[in-house]
Amino acid sequence: MSARVSAVPSTTAPSLSSRRRLGDRLGDGALHGLTAAAAAAAAALLIAIAWKIFDVAHPAISKYGFGFLTHQGWDVARNKFAALDFIWGTAVTSFAALLIATPVSIAIGLYLSELAPRGARTVIASLVELLAAIPSVVLGLWGILVLGPFVGQDLEPWLHRHLGFIPLFSGTPENAGILVAILVLTIMVVPIISSICRELFVGVPTELEEGALALGATRWEMVRGVILPYTRSGVAAAVILGFGRAIGEAIAVTQVMGAGHGIHWSLFATGDTLASRIAEQYAGAAGLQVASLVYLAAILLVISLLVNLAARLIERRFTYQRTGGS
Amino acid sequence: MDADTMQTVAPIEIAQPREAPLSASGREAVFVTRGLTVSYGKAPAVSNVDLSIYRNLVTAIIGPSGCGKSTFLRSLNRMNDLIPAAKVEGEVHYHGQNIYGDGVDPVEVRRRIGMVFQKPNPFPKSIYDNVAWGLRVLGMKDDLDSRIERALTQAALWDEVKDRLKKGAFGLSGGQQQRLCIARAIAVEPDVVLLDEPASALDPIATSKIEDLMHELKNEYTLVIVTHNMQQAARVADMTAFFTLERTESGGHGVLVEYDETPKIFTQPSDKRTEGYVTGRFG
Ligand SMILES: Nc1ncnc2c1ncn2[C@@H]1O[C@H](COP(=O)(O)OP(=O)(O)OP(=O)(O)O)[C@@H](O)[C@H]1O
Ligand SMILES: [Mg+2]
Repeated sequence: MSARVSAVPSTTAPSLSSRRRLGDRLGDGALHGLTAAAAAAAAALLIAIAWKIFDVAHPAISKYGFGFLTHQGWDVARNKFAALDFIWGTAVTSFAALLIATPVSIAIGLYLSELAPRGARTVIASLVELLAAIPSVVLGLWGILVLGPFVGQDLEPWLHRHLGFIPLFSGTPENAGILVAILVLTIMVVPIISSICRELFVGVPTELEEGALALGATRWEMVRGVILPYTRSGVAAAVILGFGRAIGEAIAVTQVMGAGHGIHWSLFATGDTLASRIAEQYAGAAGLQVASLVYLAAILLVISLLVNLAARLIERRFTYQRTGGS
Repeated sequence: MDADTMQTVAPIEIAQPREAPLSASGREAVFVTRGLTVSYGKAPAVSNVDLSIYRNLVTAIIGPSGCGKSTFLRSLNRMNDLIPAAKVEGEVHYHGQNIYGDGVDPVEVRRRIGMVFQKPNPFPKSIYDNVAWGLRVLGMKDDLDSRIERALTQAALWDEVKDRLKKGAFGLSGGQQQRLCIARAIAVEPDVVLLDEPASALDPIATSKIEDLMHELKNEYTLVIVTHNMQQAARVADMTAFFTLERTESGGHGVLVEYDETPKIFTQPSDKRTEGYVTGRFG
């Protein structure tokens, strides 16, 4: 730059010092501090909770070690505890609920984003989302009053008659049991997954949809060839979030699953999940039973954190894909 | 549309039939629109268009922004069906058949009349699968590889991508993506390809590639291109239609002002408005 040009200092140089009122500046600093503190507090709380859980579970952890995860049986009288029954119960109910909920949710999402009459879309969407607002204890009550009797007296006998040769549908129909729990969990996760799916499908760029249709594709071919592949990882993340919800649900499952033991192939049998066992027994427990229940909680905590992490990773990959990764 | 309304629509003022211009003489008209009006909600976006588009020619549609060029183009393959508010009146005859008539399946219409959009819109798939997708959907699965090679070659893209067919299409440059979209559109062997400002997002080199391409493609296809670029229209088009915005109290709507051979439109337009536009005296 030439010195001659810059030699004369401008008298109208803009002042770069802050002209904001003091209050504004303080507010800025306070906001900064407050958000940082909130974030730190959240992290600290997570660590504190995890630490406390593992601390209380310690007697059971040191007594049983990892064998706790691979053994069956929960005998309060003999003071012998193990987690496999409940891990099994959790896995079966959650996976089966997702197996039903995923296609249903994708269908609802597609219907609401692509097919439903435009005027009705938001109304139906909010109704579906309202399902998620039902307190789980209320849904559990409905499970006891309506769904359980229907399953025990109609659905299970029907399944037994027609599909009884499949071990899943063998055994004696019951008003409470694994199948009722599966259905209740399905009702809980469908609103979650379907509303995420709907947003994902709505978010597919119109240009892509038009590109597909302009080739002479039908709506269904466009859904299958463009919308679903484009939203695949997002849908997977939504399903995993639903999974996280299903494995953590305690109250409603406790109400409808019948507090059973053992590992059964029959969906008619009673059972328990990690969460429901804790909810049922913690209040009256003592000694090693408390430690064992909290050990169950530790297992649940670890699984939930992993599931959440997985959902996040998949979501990240999804954003990456959308922004141009191959 | 039932028979009664058909009858009330059919006789809509068939504006003075233009004598077929020279380069069009003896050519088959692929499209003939009659009294075509497209509205969004109540307001017409483009009104009462009578226009014939001839086989194996490049027809350019020019005009100021908002005069309904895209709207008109999208009414030729029923893409406007996707916009709930859009309403089409009048007729669009494609090889003599009204594509808005009874029993016409828009999917079948679009299968014959392909479209390339302003913004390149490759699918989030590999280069190969982008072209293969339409072929698979339409059941043209025999000789997939050679069909894909042919389409990419026609789109002047083959040499640039032949070693990376399985790579994602998003890894291509904008111009390459647009040529991929052209390849995708012609792979399914349409009869007509509609292009809505296909080069507006591209640099001059990519643009000239696309223009060269159009010269090649018109031997096999009928092309209709919307463009803002007057030189581009002059370079690629045989016929040019000039649309403008006609102001009314309630806003305005697009109308077709003049349609003729490209050199005539650019050198001796018969309408003052056309002259103003092509000589740049128009806002
Ligand atoms: N989806 C839509 N919904 C409502 N109005 C629309 C829609 N698309 C276009 N219009 C209106 O129709 C008129 C014509 O729009 P169109 O996109 O056809 O113009 P255009 O000539 O292609 O303009 P440009 O050169 O800017 O692309 C405009 O007034 C526009 O606002
Ligand atoms: Mg346009």
